[in-house]
Order: sequence, then C-alpha cells, then structure tokens
Amino acid sequence: MTKLQFVDFGGTARMVDAPAGSTVMEAAIKNAVPGIEAECGGACACATCHVYIDDAWQAVVGPPTSMEEDMLDFAYDVRPNSRLSCQIKVTDQLDGLIVHTPERQA
Amino acid sequence: MSDVIKTDALIVGAGPVGLFAVFELGLLDIKSHLVDILPKIGGQCAELYPEKPIYDIPGFPSVTGQGLIDNLIKQIEPFHPEFHLSEMVASVESIGTDTAPLFRVMTDAGTQFETKSLIIAAGGGSFQPKKPPIPEIDTYEEKSVFYAVRRMEDLRGRDVLIVGGGDSALDWTLNLQPIARRVTLMHRRDEFRAAPHSVEQMRSLVAEGKMDLRIGQVTGLRGESGLLSSALCRGSDNAEFEISCNAMLPFFGLTMKLGPIANWGLSLSENLVPVDTEKFETSTPGIFAIGDINTYPGKLKLILSGFHEGALAAQRVYRYVYPDKRLTFQYTTSSSSLQKKLGVEA
Repeated sequence: MTKLQFVDFGGTARMVDAPAGSTVMEAAIKNAVPGIEAECGGACACATCHVYIDDAWQAVVGPPTSMEEDMLDFAYDVRPNSRLSCQIKVTDQLDGLIVHTPERQA
Repeated sequence: MSDVIKTDALIVGAGPVGLFAVFELGLLDIKSHLVDILPKIGGQCAELYPEKPIYDIPGFPSVTGQGLIDNLIKQIEPFHPEFHLSEMVASVESIGTDTAPLFRVMTDAGTQFETKSLIIAAGGGSFQPKKPPIPEIDTYEEKSVFYAVRRMEDLRGRDVLIVGGGDSALDWTLNLQPIARRVTLMHRRDEFRAAPHSVEQMRSLVAEGKMDLRIGQVTGLRGESGLLSSALCRGSDNAEFEISCNAMLPFFGLTMKLGPIANWGLSLSENLVPVDTEKFETSTPGIFAIGDINTYPGKLKLILSGFHEGALAAQRVYRYVYPDKRLTFQYTTSSSSLQKKLGVEA
C-alpha cells in the first residue's frame, strides 16, 4: 500500500492508503476525501478531480499528458503544478505523495 | 403560445437509460417524447466519453459510449420517439389525480406537454455551463457576462473578451470578430484544443492586428451595477494586467447540476430522487425516476441497472395509460404481437 496525503483548501490534511495500480482520484473517492468530485468517473473527461502536486513531488509525478492538459483547460485556477488526479497512477515511488485540492472543482 | 403536445410518457433525459425506456414503453404501446438540454442524443455517453469503451454492458464485451447510443437509437426506431433537444423541462404541474395522473410540463423553450406519466432519466442532472470562480461574477451575468450567445446582435460594437481554448471559445471568437468593436481571446496557455483550422484563422487575425490574443487567467472584474468595464488578469508569468471590455464570454465546458428538478415538489435525498424498487416511482404517483438520478437501498449507478429500472417502471406506466386493460407478460423471442410492433414478424 502507498500512503497518499490530501491537503484541502483550508489546510486540513487527510492520509489514505492506495493500492498500486489504482489512481490518486480513486483513492480519494474510496476514502470520501472532500474536494474531489470526479463527475465522469475517471475518463479524463470532466476536470473535476483537479489537484495541485506539492512542490516537493512535482519531479516524481511528472507533467500531464497532452490529453490531460486539454482537459485542464476546463478546470479552475490552473497552476503549473496542476494535474487531474484520475490520470495519476499509484506506484511505490509515490509513497508519501502530497497533493492539494483546490477551493472548488465546478 | 404553441399547441400542447399530448403524450403517454414524457422522458426527461435522452441518455442510455431514457432511450431504453422508450423501448420498454413502446413494447407496451406507450408513446414517448423525450426532452434533453443537450443539442444531441446520448447524455453523458455522448457528451463526456463518446470514444471510451464501456465493458459492463451485458452482451457487449466492449462498446464505446457513442457506439452504445447509436445502437440504442436503432433499437428504438420502431417506436418513433420524438426528441426535443436543447430544451430543459422548467416546470411540472400536476393536473390529475393519484389514480389517474396527468401533468402539464413546460420547457424553457416554451414547449408544452400534457402527459400521463413523467419519467426522469436525467442522470447527473442537466449539463450547464461551468462558471469560473471569479469574485462577484454573478452580478455581471446576463448583462455583461454570457455563458452562451443567444443573439449575436447583442454583442455588436462591444469590446468582447472571450475566455477559453476549446471549440466554443474559438468559434465565437471567429463569429464575433467581424461585428464586435474589438475581440480579445484569453487562454491560460498558448496551445488550443479547438479544431486546428479555427486556431489558424484566429492566429492570422491576430497577425493582421484585427483581434488580440492574451495568455493568462481572469482573476477579477471591474464595473458597476452589472456593467463590465474591464477584467483583471494574471499571466502565466504571474504578471498582472487589465483588459478593457464591456462583455465577457467564458467557455469552460459543462458541468452537471440538478437544476429545476429540485422545484418539482418531489422529495429529494442529497440531490437524488428516492424511488421504490417495484415501480421506480417517486413520492408523486405518475412521476418515475430511473438511472443515475434515483436512489434506493442497494442502488448501483450502472447503465444496466437503469435499463432494468426502465423496464419495471414501464409496467406501472401501462396501468396509468390503459387502466382498463390487462397486461400480459410476453417475450420478444416468441410473441408475435411484440414482433409486429418491432417490425420483425416472420
């Protein structure tokens, strides 16, 4: 199990366990983490699972693909560290990953 | 005012579940009209994931969202459903009784129905434009901020700021450029997912000095009593700048909202419509809810569950539409009368 930390807009942190091969979005939904909506269920089709990757983790997580970048156009307050959490696959390398959820998704 | 359309069943939502309900109702000689806010048939399958394969439709190891919709449209052809697209049901008024329900239904386009049953198959609710999180944007809506262009003429001679990088943003940039005083397109990056042809046209207009392209995001609005005078923006380099404009069109895609269903007098539970699991009827006799929009103990938001719910709801609708007839259960494999309705009789 990989440990992921979600920090919400108000600064509250929540730690969840995620199995390798699942996505960061799935871990959030499974654990009822607020701030992630995932309207489309992980199809990279709605931009409502938008997160900001913590500065320390950006190099490990890497940049979005071009399809994801297109979809990020629909998200709010997009920053250089924006990703869609449904497109981030959980691996052992991500153990301890910190992501920040935005003020709102839609 | 247009004539009132009389029908046995009015289905709200033309997604997969609404479409299959047409089939189940049709087998029971119940005629359907469908209303959908989107300009096309198919709901989320067609709007959110037309190219994505679905793996849990019984009998289809894999089918794309659009593939499933195309098949359903073909499957319900024998029943000649009538579609009212780009319309949203705005109001529902009960004019019947609990045993003989009748509803007067009006859409936002003014279409009026008188229906013996109302079947809500609205999925996640109605698709509505996403609003950017700009402080006080709501005070400018409909006066200076528009999420759709209803009348191009309203924008003639204005300084128009269009925000977004998709087809809607680019199409309206090109359409409004000749009639607006000045069009500025703003996008958060210098890449566009809109059709390459439109992007090229936009870039040559910029090169000819006929419009402006700015890279950045809108952070605030300036103006008075709903009349916009400028937009405060931040570039990708975090530099702040201001764009003078008196109309803004943000195009950030669609999101799903429950919408007017909340005002139809139904009891709701966390934005879902509770139903029984025998008839999938709501707290109001004659109003049914099937698919993702409903809730009951054990509910699974699967397309296949919605198909089942539509089949059972149809049985109950039959009793409202044909109160004096007895309903005999039949199979499409063997019933010659069902096969006749489907136009496949031997």
